[in-house]
This record gives sequence, structure tokens and C-alpha cells, in this order.
Amino acid sequence: MRFPVIVRGFARFAVLMVAVSIVTFWLVSSSPIDPVQANVGQAAYAGMSAAKRAQLEAFWGSDLSFWERCLGWASLAVTGDLGTSLRFNAPVTEVIASRATGSLALMACAWVLAGVLGCVLGIVAGACSGRMPDRVIRGCAYVLSATPTFWLGLVALMVFSVFLGWFPAGFSVPIGMSASDVTLVDRAYHLVLPALVLSVTGVANIALHTREKTIDVLASDYARFARARGERTAGIVLHHGLRNLMLPALTLQCASISEIFGGSVLVEQVFSYPGLGQAAVTAGLGGDAPLLVGIALASAALVFAGNLLANVLYGVVDPRMKGATAHVA
Amino acid sequence: MKERANRETDRENRETAAGEARIECATHAAGVSHHASEKHHHHTHATGSHHPGGHHLLTVEHLGVSFTMYDPAAPFFSGKRMVSRAIRDLSISVHVGEVLAVVGASGSGKTLLADAILGLSEPNARVTGSIWFDGVPQDAASLARLRGNGIALVPQSVSHLDPLMRVGDQIVGFKARSRAEKHARRARMRGLMEAYGLDRSVERLYPHELSGGMARRVLLLSALIDDPRLIMADEPTPGLDLDLAVQALGDLRSFANRGGGVLLITHDLELALRIADRVAVFRDGTVVEETAVENFARPELLEHPFSRALWHAMPEHGFDVPAKSAEQLAETVGSML
Repeated sequence: MRFPVIVRGFARFAVLMVAVSIVTFWLVSSSPIDPVQANVGQAAYAGMSAAKRAQLEAFWGSDLSFWERCLGWASLAVTGDLGTSLRFNAPVTEVIASRATGSLALMACAWVLAGVLGCVLGIVAGACSGRMPDRVIRGCAYVLSATPTFWLGLVALMVFSVFLGWFPAGFSVPIGMSASDVTLVDRAYHLVLPALVLSVTGVANIALHTREKTIDVLASDYARFARARGERTAGIVLHHGLRNLMLPALTLQCASISEIFGGSVLVEQVFSYPGLGQAAVTAGLGGDAPLLVGIALASAALVFAGNLLANVLYGVVDPRMKGATAHVA
Repeated sequence: MKERANRETDRENRETAAGEARIECATHAAGVSHHASEKHHHHTHATGSHHPGGHHLLTVEHLGVSFTMYDPAAPFFSGKRMVSRAIRDLSISVHVGEVLAVVGASGSGKTLLADAILGLSEPNARVTGSIWFDGVPQDAASLARLRGNGIALVPQSVSHLDPLMRVGDQIVGFKARSRAEKHARRARMRGLMEAYGLDRSVERLYPHELSGGMARRVLLLSALIDDPRLIMADEPTPGLDLDLAVQALGDLRSFANRGGGVLLITHDLELALRIADRVAVFRDGTVVEETAVENFARPELLEHPFSRALWHAMPEHGFDVPAKSAEQLAETVGSML
């Protein structure tokens, strides 16, 4: 018997959440970092009595077994309480919420930019396949996709922030300004450089894929027939190319959410941008299990939402999917 | 495409030399004419072949299509550049009001002929020879202008329709420069759909929702909407049952009867004989004989041994394949029937 789509989707989501939290818990517990040592500080830990250490361990629960901790967290998590972050000394949900706004703005900008730029460049390269514009775009794409994001971030900071002084050298708001004085323009201004750097890796990937698909479309029977009816390459790309490129582009674009999220960890670190990525690094280095699990769950949910979106849009865009359900997630 | 310098004088001459029984032919040297049944331009006429204006609707002479490629038989890296000749010295003519069937085995390069006439050959192809359309010599650029504007293609299968676009929008096409023009084309399409028995709802369907017979008519209508003078139909029958195939060919026949020309490219000699006026027998990249359909009544009327072998191999003539004389010949014939 088959359950309705919504039920199946929800079941899949629940399994994903359980799996992600178990794996993250296991990774944190097998990490060599001692949360007590990491959180009280090197000097304080050295001068601390054994009784005090044991008291702290008992307070944070790091003396409990893996499954005890895991189940203890889970019994609260189902009620919506994801625990308290050791490093930020605040409920995990609050930390994630405050960090997510900056991160999501950054990722959304980079995501849209990568998608639009990648598609345009890919279509131009595909339509001019083998000629000069194609060779230039392809060359750039290969170089960019081989460039590590953090290195590119450092170079961008050096060139545009330090030498040229066009953009601030980090953070999401001006240094020394009180939070109430920060305007949206200030935030956007601080967003530009990290968003550009973050989008670059995605652009290369999407451009190369779109180029291949464009070449396929232009070599198809329907493109040949359109040509036989007097249409030129530009017309064929416009009338038949775009709609046929849309489906693979959607898949790519939704799948690239995970890549963008991964890249944001590095980019936020380089640009000292206070977002989820940076919080994840802090949580990992501080043995902050609740925050790390919380962030892992949030990112998994985001990627799941991306794939779900692709599924839903497939049904809308592709007339051949009428009555059928996609299996992308 | 080489051009003929004496084209203009030819055209003037045909005005003066047009007689009753003799047919003046513009593509000949000045002053040459021929009887209706006489062989000229490598072909003989059918009863319905006309020469209005003294020239053919389409003339292809000494067409050659060759490809530059690396020797596929040689081992990797040591393959030398070679020229593969797909079509050589091919000549055909289509008259106004007639269906000329180019009949040859599947995969023998017949589609390359259509590509050459449409000026759509691959970049590594070298095309030589002369093509006249309506008495005017053509080059690559002018052939490109004729696409959808005098010459129309009716392609093989539904895969030639954009899978994500509604059929109606595809028939209308993207030639209209203004809203009014687009409207006019849509109205014209509705008229054609009615004339060809397609329901109004077909307009809203996507290609994957079409039946085989509907798809054929949609493809035909995509050609007819541009009001062409010549239709090239590339294998319009595979995948159709006999009734639908006959119906599809009947549509082409009636287009010719209304004064158009049809170049039917097919592997199916039997079906071609049913509706064509003349048959061009295609073999090994060239046309070995271009003759009236009536000549297929008796083998003596056929000139080329391959045409006669084809005749003998037809089911109603006993599947007689001359195995001992030329095995390869038999193989080719066998694949065509």
C-alpha cells in the first residue's frame, strides 16, 4: 500500500533528522576535545582541583555514556528544546535564530548570483561552442572550480579591502557602531564581498553543466527542425533552449544549496562574518555538542527543503510529470 | 555551390523557344529543349510533370557531400585525416505538382541530401555541386533564407517537436514579427487544423500526448503554415501502421496536386510507388536512376540493373533476390523491402 506524498515526505524528513543527530552526536563524542577543558580555558583547567573538574563534568553531563546523552538530548529535542550552547551560554534555538539571519542573507545572495550568472555564462558558452566566448568562459570556469574558496576569500580581502579599500575587511556590521545605528545599507555593504566569493565556486559548476545541456539542446531533433523552419541560433536558444534547460538547471540549483552551505563555513571564517558557518566552527572546536547538532539539523533541513522545492517545481514546469511524482530527494 | 554564369541568357531563351510538344529547360545550355518523354537532366518525365516557366521547381546537379574525418579503421593516434564521400554526383529534379520519391536503404545517407538542400550540413561537411530553386541558382546563404520560406521540411518523428511546448505554439512558430502577424498565423493554423481533421483541443496538447497519426499531421502542419512551394518529407512513415502511412502520404499527394512539389525521402519502395509520380533510386550515395513510377510496371522499362533488382525483389514479383550475381546488391535490396 502507498501512503500519500505528504506522509512519505514527512517520514523521510523524520528519518533524516534522526540519522543526522545520531551521526553528529557520535562524531562529537569521538572527538578528542574535552568539553570541560575547552570551555573553562587552559589556565583555569590546570589550576582546578580534581573535585571541581568532576563537579563540572557532572554538571555538563560529559561523564555520561554516549547513548545516555543522546537519548537525554532527544527526549527534550522532540519538545522543541534543543538544549543550551556551552560556548554562547544561550539556548541553541536562540543562537541559531540570531546567526541564521545573517547567514541566510549571505547564502541566498550567493545562491541567486551563482544560479543566474552560471546559467547565462553556460548558455553563451554552449551557443558559441568551440568559438572564442566558449573558450574564455570554459577556461575561467575550470580555473575557478579548481580554486579553494578560502584562498579566494583571502585574495579578495587583500585586493578589494586592503589595497583598493572598496569593501570592509570583515564582519557583518561596521566596527564600533551601536546595533541600533546599523542600517540595512551597512549590512548589504558588508555582504557584497563574501557573497561574491561564495557564489564563485557555484558559478563554475553551474556554467559548465548548463553549457553541456545547451549543446545537447542545440543538437537535438527539435532544434534541427526549428532551424529547418528558418529560426536562428539565438531564436532557438530563446524559444526552445531556455525551457528545456530549466529542468536540469532547477536540479542543479537546488542541489547546490548544500555546496553553498559548505562554502559558507569557510567564507564566514575568512571574513569573520558572524553566521551559522562560523558558529559551527566555534561549536566544533569547543566540543559544544548541542549547538553542533542544532546547526547540523538546521542545515540538513535546509538541503531537504531545497530538494523538496525541486520536486514540487518539477511537477509545475514539466508537463510530462503530470500525475507522476518525482524522486529527487 | 558553384554558380552558372549563363543563367540569365538561359532564362531569356526559354521564353522564345517554348513550343507545343517540346519542353524548354532553363538549366540546359541555351536553346536546348526536349520531348516530354525524352531523357534530360538524368531523368524522364511522368505524365504529370510540368515545367511552368521552363524550369524545375528544384534541381540538384552533381551534388557531392563529403566529410573530413580521421580514419576510423586505423588504431588510435595513428589515424590519418581522410575524406569520406557520403554523396557523390547526385542529380534530381522536382517538378511543380509532382511527388518525387528518393528511395534508398536506411542509413545510406538520404538524410544528408535533405540537409544539403536545406543548407544544414554539419560544419565538417564539404558540399559541392549546384542547386536551383524555382530556376534560381542557390548558394549556402540563399538556401538558409529559403528555410521555412519556400522550402519546408516534414521531419521523421515526434522527437522533432519541443517536448515542453504546446503543439499549437509550435505549429504557429516564431516567424511573426508583430502581434497581428502572430494572430494571423494562429488563425491560419486553426484553418489548417480543421482542414486536416485535427480537433481544436490538440492545440493545447504537449508532443508526448499526441498519437502517431496526430503527430504526423502536426509535423505536416508545421510545414504547411509557412505556405511552402516545396516540401521535403524525410521518412514520414516509420512507426505508422499501413492505414496511417497511406493517410500521411495522401496528405503529401494532395499538397502536390494543389501545385506544390514534394521530395519524399523514404526506404519504402512499395509506399513510394503508391503516391509518387517519379522515383529516384538511391544507392551508394548517388541516384542511379530517376524514372516515372509507370516504368516500375515492367522491369524492361527500368534502365539500371539495381532498379530491376529492386523490381524483382518486391513481394508481388516473387521476392526474387539475385543471390549469385551480386550478394551485396541483394543485401541492400533486402533491407529496403
